[in-house]
Amino acid sequence: MDQDVTALQLVLSGDPALFAIVRLSLYVSLSAVALAALIGIPLGALIALTNFRGRQGVIVMLNALMGLPPVVVGLAVYLALSRSGPLGSFGLLFTPGAMIVAQTVLVTPIIAALTRQTIEDLWIEYRDELTAMNLGPFGRVAALIWDARFSLVTALLAGFGRAAAEVGAIIIVGGNIEGFTRTMTTAIALETSKGDLPLAVGLGLVLIGIVIAVNALAWTARRAGERLAG
Amino acid sequence: MRAPSSELPIEFDGVTVAAGGVTILDNIALTLAPGAPTVLIGPNGSGKSTLLRVAMGLLLPSRGRITWGGLEHVPPLKRAIVFQRPAMLRRSAAANIRFALRAAGIPRADHARRTDELLELVGLPGLADRAARRLSGGEQQRLALARALARDPSVLFLDEPTASLDPVATKAVEDIMRAVSERNIKVVMATHDFGEARRLAGEVVMLHRGRIVEAGAAASFFDAPRTLEARAFLAGELLI
Repeated sequence: MDQDVTALQLVLSGDPALFAIVRLSLYVSLSAVALAALIGIPLGALIALTNFRGRQGVIVMLNALMGLPPVVVGLAVYLALSRSGPLGSFGLLFTPGAMIVAQTVLVTPIIAALTRQTIEDLWIEYRDELTAMNLGPFGRVAALIWDARFSLVTALLAGFGRAAAEVGAIIIVGGNIEGFTRTMTTAIALETSKGDLPLAVGLGLVLIGIVIAVNALAWTARRAGERLAG
Repeated sequence: MRAPSSELPIEFDGVTVAAGGVTILDNIALTLAPGAPTVLIGPNGSGKSTLLRVAMGLLLPSRGRITWGGLEHVPPLKRAIVFQRPAMLRRSAAANIRFALRAAGIPRADHARRTDELLELVGLPGLADRAARRLSGGEQQRLALARALARDPSVLFLDEPTASLDPVATKAVEDIMRAVSERNIKVVMATHDFGEARRLAGEVVMLHRGRIVEAGAAASFFDAPRTLEARAFLAGELLI
């Protein structure tokens, strides 16, 4: 009970260190989701609308990649960004930039796979109409992505949930440096192992609250949009 | 893919469509020329929808050839189709029409005026901002008509446009088709309702099991059918 009270006090007091941690977490995860959407939505639409050899294999791979273990992604990104790695010259390792890269790698397959499924279902419904309107490939993709926008919000939320919840990748490539690369999940891992359970619980509550708030916001926007556009 | 001066007449020359060992259209020879509406009539599964899809250019014949204004492989610039169950874009009614106008390359400056005109023509002026997928079946069918007409077609194909509508909605759609035909747009409609065929047709093409069993002017088809199948169909017998 004591712990819960302390945790709540911490959250309510608006502690600047806590605030910085929350802000960094949101910055990293939202940036990663934005980047992953820029890559994953067109990629998913492309796979949905084109026929090529090995398409089934690509789809199976993409679906499998949704379950990429964060620590493995963290390790791979670490190797790529480390000083002797292929991308070492960018000096990104142990910066928020490296954490964004790692989470983008984690989230892109989720967004691409869910987009592929959504766009493919919609394409089956729209194919005849769009073909009869003599619409070119670019026009088709644009129309399908626009009309699938409410379902795609769910794909983005799934990606955000994944990014906000993971600790394995960002702790490896970010290093959990206080005031620089410490996020809610890495801080919770650290405080728990140190035995500072009130802080860990407080951060956990904030994290859950933020995830619920983001989902509620997206859901409300989706409902409002659907009422207008059907 | 040269564009002909007109996409009419549409000529079927020995067109056969087969899929999975089943012959859906069998050696069709048919000319669709400007003039009064042509009604394709026949029981379900007789090949009416497939014939419309070939005429629209959505489906390639397995054998034989089809030409639009004398040319093969003509993209559908001046033809439009209303499917039996039209897919409504997840947008407002007006946005559905604007989408079609944009796809047809109509200058953006004309979109607002054309959208209003088309909604007026199909009797949906008050529903411009309503989500298309929330409209009733009859309203969706009329919106699909407006969307097809947005292409400013010279030929309009309709696949059983009133099959699932009540009499009031059916009358609304049939009135629009008459208005369209009076604007010199060639109407080609499939139906299995010969009352509807009688009300609208200038020319009748009767299909049965993928073949044309009888074709000609509507008046002579209804007054003096030449074939056994047509007589049976007109007598209301079940043609299997």
